[in-house]
Amino acid sequence: MTTEEQLTMPIEVGQLIGRVEQYKQEGYRLVQIGCTKIGEVYEINYSFDKDFVFRNLRITVNGDTEVPSISGMYWGAFVYENEMHDLFGIQVRGMNIDFKGNFIRTSIKFPFGAAIPKGEQP
Amino acid sequence: MTKQIIIPFGPQHPVLPEPIHLDLVLEDEMVVEAIPSIGYIHRGFEKLVEKREFTEYVYVAERTCGICSFIHGLTYCQGIEEIMQVEVPERALFLRTIWSEYSRLHSHLLWLGLFADSFGFENLFMNAWRIRERILDVMEQTTGGRVIQGSCKIGGVRRDISGEKLGQMSKDLDSIGQELEELTNVFLRDASIKHRLKNVGVLSRDDAYSLGAVGPTARGSGVSLDMRKTGYAAYGKLNLETVAENDGDCYARCVVRCRELFTSIDLIQQAVRKIPDGPIDVKVTGAPDGEYFTRSEQPRGELVHYLKGNGTKFLVRSRIRTPTLTNIPPLVKMLQGCELADVPVIVLSIDPCISCTER
Repeated sequence: MTTEEQLTMPIEVGQLIGRVEQYKQEGYRLVQIGCTKIGEVYEINYSFDKDFVFRNLRITVNGDTEVPSISGMYWGAFVYENEMHDLFGIQVRGMNIDFKGNFIRTSIKFPFGAAIPKGEQP
Repeated sequence: MTKQIIIPFGPQHPVLPEPIHLDLVLEDEMVVEAIPSIGYIHRGFEKLVEKREFTEYVYVAERTCGICSFIHGLTYCQGIEEIMQVEVPERALFLRTIWSEYSRLHSHLLWLGLFADSFGFENLFMNAWRIRERILDVMEQTTGGRVIQGSCKIGGVRRDISGEKLGQMSKDLDSIGQELEELTNVFLRDASIKHRLKNVGVLSRDDAYSLGAVGPTARGSGVSLDMRKTGYAAYGKLNLETVAENDGDCYARCVVRCRELFTSIDLIQQAVRKIPDGPIDVKVTGAPDGEYFTRSEQPRGELVHYLKGNGTKFLVRSRIRTPTLTNIPPLVKMLQGCELADVPVIVLSIDPCISCTER
């Protein structure tokens, strides 16, 4: 086993932009943003790497919490943020490219979140 | 002011084996903006983790991609092994490394063929795929599968390779290497190919890093990012020199892949020399309780599997971040300012794997 040290820091939504800005200034690259539904809440992981040092920020939100976009600092974040919206229904504020639900087309809306069956979609 | 028009590129296009769509905003023949869309074949693999036991999910993980399937299986197994603190026998780690490098060889040869086809060099396409068949034959002989190998499992591997066969494979790689010399000489020295690829789709080092480029897309721009350097599987016991080029254009990305073919051959031959005797698996009991971000180097770059278990046989989450997904923002950047006629070559230069991306 080559266990990598993986530090996960739980933070509040309001701290997100400041902490991401700090990583950006320290030269970390964005590895991924991923969402996990745990019961009624969502864990969102923001993962960064610099010289194979892996760091992870974690916010925990409700389905109706609006999450700020980090695409102002990491331009490529739009792929993850649109994915998070389209699969989980997480509202992301201020994305540089907002596909408005059309980045990943699924027959069931928000299939990984509070899924809306096909017949009940607006 | 020049009038802007929008040309839709894909999802069906001769150079695209799989569907991705780009809205190309043009001023005359120049692309000023490219807006990507995916999701035409999204399969919801990650959702299946709720319905398949973690031991069965290896097969699902492998089917994420039809090109680098083995590495998906390896990465998933590695993640579960980390969570469950399973010590995998060293021989199994070497076998995983050998099959990973065969996967890289066949993937890069597949890409070289498709790339040659994209700029109209049919003969080169056929020669690349002819050599690729020799690689796939070995995959089939040693694992039983050309495309889906099914040889990785949690705790080790399902099949061993005899010493005699390993020796034969190493010897065959010498002759494959000679054929690759001839093939890559054309890619790297032919004037018409250089003319078609040089200074096309340039991605600067800073853009590659800040936009999250990985794999040969990053290394073609001078970012020597290679997850094999972390030493997973048996890579820590082998000498690996990361291949990188500085020009950041389509030619540089092609050079990186050509040179990596020889790196893979070298790694396999090193592994054959160093592989220890011993068991190829350990028995795994219990269920994963914890989480881990496991990373590996696919032919297209860094692959991340995030796995979270709660002590039951069903994982809470499997999140797969594929290299092509993170190479989309750099692709958008490469396309800005290019000629419309160069778009197919630039798109192919990141070696897009939409099947992976639409996991």
